[in-house]
Amino acid sequence: MTVFSILWQVLQTMICLLAAPLVTGFVRSIKARLVGRQGPSPLQPYRDLIRLLHKDLVLAENASWLFRIAPYVIFGFTWMAAALVPSFTTNLVLIPAADLITLVAFLGVARFMISLAGLDIGTSFGGLGASREMLIASLAEPAMLMSVFTLALLTGTTAPARIIDYVLAGGVGLQVSMGLTLVSLLLVAIAENGRIPIDNPATHLELTMVHEAMVLEYTGRHLALIEAAAMVRLMLYISLISCIFIPWGISQSGKGFEGILIGLVSYGAKVGTLAAFLAVFETVIAKMRVFRYADFLGGALLLSLLATLVLYVSEAV
Amino acid sequence: MTAQALLAVAVLPFLTMLAMVLHRRENTPSLVHAACFAVSCILGVIGAMAVLKGGADHVQLPVGLPWLKAHFRIDGFSGFFLVIINLGAAAASLFGITYVRHLKHPARVAVAYPMFLAGMNMALMSDDAFSFLVSWEFMSASSWLMVLADHEEEENRKAAFTYLIMALFGTFCLLGAFGILAQAGGGYDFTSMRAAKLDGLQSSLVVLLGLLGAGSKAGLVPLHAWLPLAHPAAPSHVSALMSGVMTKVALYALARLLFDFGPTPAWWWGAIIMVLGGVTAVVGILYALMQTDLKRLLAYSTVENVGVVLIGLGVALAFKGEGKTSYAALALAASLYHMLNHSVMKSLLFLGAGAVLASTGERNIEKLGGLIHRMPVTAAAFLVGAAAISALPPLNGFVSEWLILQSLFLGPKIPNWAMKFGSPVVAALLALSAALAAATFVRAFGMVFLGRARSVAAETAHEVSLSMRAVLVFLAGLCALLGIVPVTVTSQLSEVAQNLIKAQLSETIVQGWPWLAPISETRGSYSGTVLVASVVILILGTVAVIKGFGTRNIRRGPAWDCGHKEASPSFQYSASSFAQPLRRVYGATLFSAKEEVDMPMPNETRPALLTLRLIDPVWQGIYQPLANGVVNLANRLNRLQTMTVRRHLLMMFLTLLLMLIVAALRRVVP
Amino acid sequence: MNIALQYDTAHLIGAMVLLFGFQLLYQRRIKAVLSTFALQAGALSMAAAWQAYIQNAPHLYVTAAIALVFKAFFVPFALNWLVKRLGIHRSVETALGVGPTMLIGVVLVALSIMLVLPVTQGASALTRENLALAMSVVLLGLLMMITRHNAVTQVVGFMALENGLILAAVGVKGMPLVVEMSVAFSVLVAMILFGIFFFRIRERFDSLELHYLETVRGDRL
Repeated sequence: MTVFSILWQVLQTMICLLAAPLVTGFVRSIKARLVGRQGPSPLQPYRDLIRLLHKDLVLAENASWLFRIAPYVIFGFTWMAAALVPSFTTNLVLIPAADLITLVAFLGVARFMISLAGLDIGTSFGGLGASREMLIASLAEPAMLMSVFTLALLTGTTAPARIIDYVLAGGVGLQVSMGLTLVSLLLVAIAENGRIPIDNPATHLELTMVHEAMVLEYTGRHLALIEAAAMVRLMLYISLISCIFIPWGISQSGKGFEGILIGLVSYGAKVGTLAAFLAVFETVIAKMRVFRYADFLGGALLLSLLATLVLYVSEAV
Repeated sequence: MTAQALLAVAVLPFLTMLAMVLHRRENTPSLVHAACFAVSCILGVIGAMAVLKGGADHVQLPVGLPWLKAHFRIDGFSGFFLVIINLGAAAASLFGITYVRHLKHPARVAVAYPMFLAGMNMALMSDDAFSFLVSWEFMSASSWLMVLADHEEEENRKAAFTYLIMALFGTFCLLGAFGILAQAGGGYDFTSMRAAKLDGLQSSLVVLLGLLGAGSKAGLVPLHAWLPLAHPAAPSHVSALMSGVMTKVALYALARLLFDFGPTPAWWWGAIIMVLGGVTAVVGILYALMQTDLKRLLAYSTVENVGVVLIGLGVALAFKGEGKTSYAALALAASLYHMLNHSVMKSLLFLGAGAVLASTGERNIEKLGGLIHRMPVTAAAFLVGAAAISALPPLNGFVSEWLILQSLFLGPKIPNWAMKFGSPVVAALLALSAALAAATFVRAFGMVFLGRARSVAAETAHEVSLSMRAVLVFLAGLCALLGIVPVTVTSQLSEVAQNLIKAQLSETIVQGWPWLAPISETRGSYSGTVLVASVVILILGTVAVIKGFGTRNIRRGPAWDCGHKEASPSFQYSASSFAQPLRRVYGATLFSAKEEVDMPMPNETRPALLTLRLIDPVWQGIYQPLANGVVNLANRLNRLQTMTVRRHLLMMFLTLLLMLIVAALRRVVP
Repeated sequence: MNIALQYDTAHLIGAMVLLFGFQLLYQRRIKAVLSTFALQAGALSMAAAWQAYIQNAPHLYVTAAIALVFKAFFVPFALNWLVKRLGIHRSVETALGVGPTMLIGVVLVALSIMLVLPVTQGASALTRENLALAMSVVLLGLLMMITRHNAVTQVVGFMALENGLILAAVGVKGMPLVVEMSVAFSVLVAMILFGIFFFRIRERFDSLELHYLETVRGDRL
């Protein structure tokens, strides 16, 4: 543990919070351009968050204490999880505190709380959102853990920093299992972030919404925290996918400031590319019915299982 | 030490007598529970001392069968289980002191309760098959009595009947397993059984019988069907004991049979147990997800957790069979950890359900709601338990499931296709069950404590007594503590596991105080302490920053709900509607779930009706035919009762003759 | 080029064929099924071309070309035309849900890996993995034929099975071209046969549901 590992940890924690609205804004503005609208500036999410923070709270009459602490828990755990994914360097002080399984579980805490908050007021929309969220989670979480399983078999560890070391050392090569895991993780990421085709982040229609239905009763700073948590979660998944599958450029421990600089620039480039990819994907695809979710995410789960099986084929050689 | 423990246990039968003699006095049940609390505390401390001290302490009493005597022994392993059992028992007894006042027949419970505790404790201390089975039967019979405490209700009678049959079946299987071991080892005491030399077939038979016997007690699918009937039928603090603690006695017996007696069974038994565990976990939690009875939901969740423990035991067995003992120690320690955690969480949840029941008289979650406003302490404690059992960090359930997952990730190191293909599949099942557990407990907590009250009883509920609340808060705190300082626990568990597997965990598990790195430092590590501290810092920072922004004004208004105005609480999402998407996805094939909508025509005035049908394949396929068979047989045998004295004597004579012939034949044909 | 990269690339392309095999099971619209099939054939042609390159066997390029032109373009196009011409219902009728079908698919893959790897001990690395993947593709094709009602999807399942056979054939060194040609022709024959069938069924029963055929078996007439 060095002073630098603490410094980089703080820097990374701040980056994944402060840059998250920009990424969301970026995706939105590209989407707008792709459908021929001018769209708001990529900085719009910042303005929205600040506006919400300044507003008064309006609480429903029967909101309980759980409803009021939930936004803080959701935000805190999501932010923590994002801070644990190496983005520009692996020399972070908190790296040994959590591996990928813990990361999945941290997002699980946020989801648990947000679903409970959805049920707290006792409206039908909240229940609808919570119920659908649980359906999605029940398949997405195992799919993600199976991806972790494949990575653990391939690289011998569940710690993201060690996986990066392994990939960068050329230990993986062009592996089929990596490819399948990537596809599976992409599907999970789409589902977990409530993007099309699972959920539409831009609508408030009861037939289509999941995430928005649960947070319908939130206002003011609570809403700001929950929206910010959603943005951080998108950032987290983008960082996770880029750090495992395209780790090149990340500064490993022992590299100097130059390495950090390269790490930061390459991280920015990776995030930008993946965000653009997400925007294009969302534009060309249509929202699916609720009961197709099971096929979609079941597919992700089976793909990650397949990745493990295929691993044995190449391993046995 | 064993002698002191036996002395403490010996107090319990006197409490039963006391309860019988003074059954008319109103205070007796509370008094009995208070005394039980004291005894459990003593026994728990003795168990903890045994764990810390290590080694074994043997006592022989001149009772029981003349050539066998009664052997008792406490080693680190049984000491650990004594801690689990008595932790649960102490909590339940303390809770019971005031809880029994809400019961219809407190005197009946007070008679059986001390015997139940005695039976469980004796089973753990027994060191020969005879005293073990006698204690085991005491445990079953006294809990059966408490299931029957409300025998006016048809449901409870049915539950008790099923329980009785399954308990007998279990004992019968265990008897068989011990018989084989005793024959090979030359004696019914466990010392000779440990040294027993079994061939492959005998060893497999012992494992199979042990799995059936202990598995039926623990709730292994498909032997689980009695459990969700019997556990909820008993008073809540007894349900907590049956679910949280009695299942652990069964798992203790299984672990002894698998790891301690005779040679290690073949590795493929590990694979089989692992897969059985995975199936049990998923099926159990799917059942739980469909329930509307809070206590039955919790009982099904016990089935799930027994499955999770079995996964760990199976992996440990496979590793031990392959000679990878340090991995085996990890898997075994993980499953022991989960047993400890589950007994704490499940006791908490069942006692919480008891508090709700005491306060509202309602177990049906469709008729509860909004209790968080009227029972804030109970709600907060239940929330912690629900989060812990859903394997959410930083609570205890997460740590043990994390360890079990880590040991499963090592499964493919066994160079065999069954483990290579099996362990990812079982890992997927484990992950699925954890995710479904979260759904189950979001649903349970949400329906009981959140939203608006769905009935008058829920609307007029009030918080329970101070001692009951104290127990709940204590258990919730324990859930958090066991999750935040996992290394302290695992280093002890490593010692406990060493009693059965002659290997330590890799040293990194005990390396640094906050860092839990079970296999090696680079293989993945976890630190609850550091994470909790960091999250708290982040949240406090957020609060501080937000305070700097604008107003702190709060206005209260009606719920927005997209502009709808919902007059009646029945407009809320109900428990059944919450489960609907999951039911459609998972239940359609497994439970042949069917929804039928009876929609009235436009001019009709009757209400629309949605009927939901679930068919339990295990009940239909296995239990129903079995139960019918037993009833038929019983009816046939009934005729024996109406025979004349002469015929009775004839029957006895024939039996005697038969046994003499068998004995004679054994002489002739050695 | 080093052996490891050759092997990895071949493996990757083979896995792509397999992945498209899975996607065939996932799709619920006939048009999407046909496009997926085209993609699978494209991946197959890539696999064949890659094998031609690393085995230095130019005749495999012919196989690749056949797969590309005939299977990736002509057959999907023709079937699309048929679907449009006949006004066939555009969604896939399933005998078993998508989820369970895919689950069985994964089990089949596990089975073929377990079967092929021990049997081919000693064969070259390239051949072994190729065989395991090819066998999975064949089994998935069969699974599709079993679990999908519609005649068009049955044809596609049959041809996916053929794709698996060709994948196996191109992976083995020194396989003569004759085999590929015959396989390709058999597909063509099957195509024509099924095409005629469609018209016949359509004329007589006004539907492409296979179970109508069951009532006109000879013994009932």
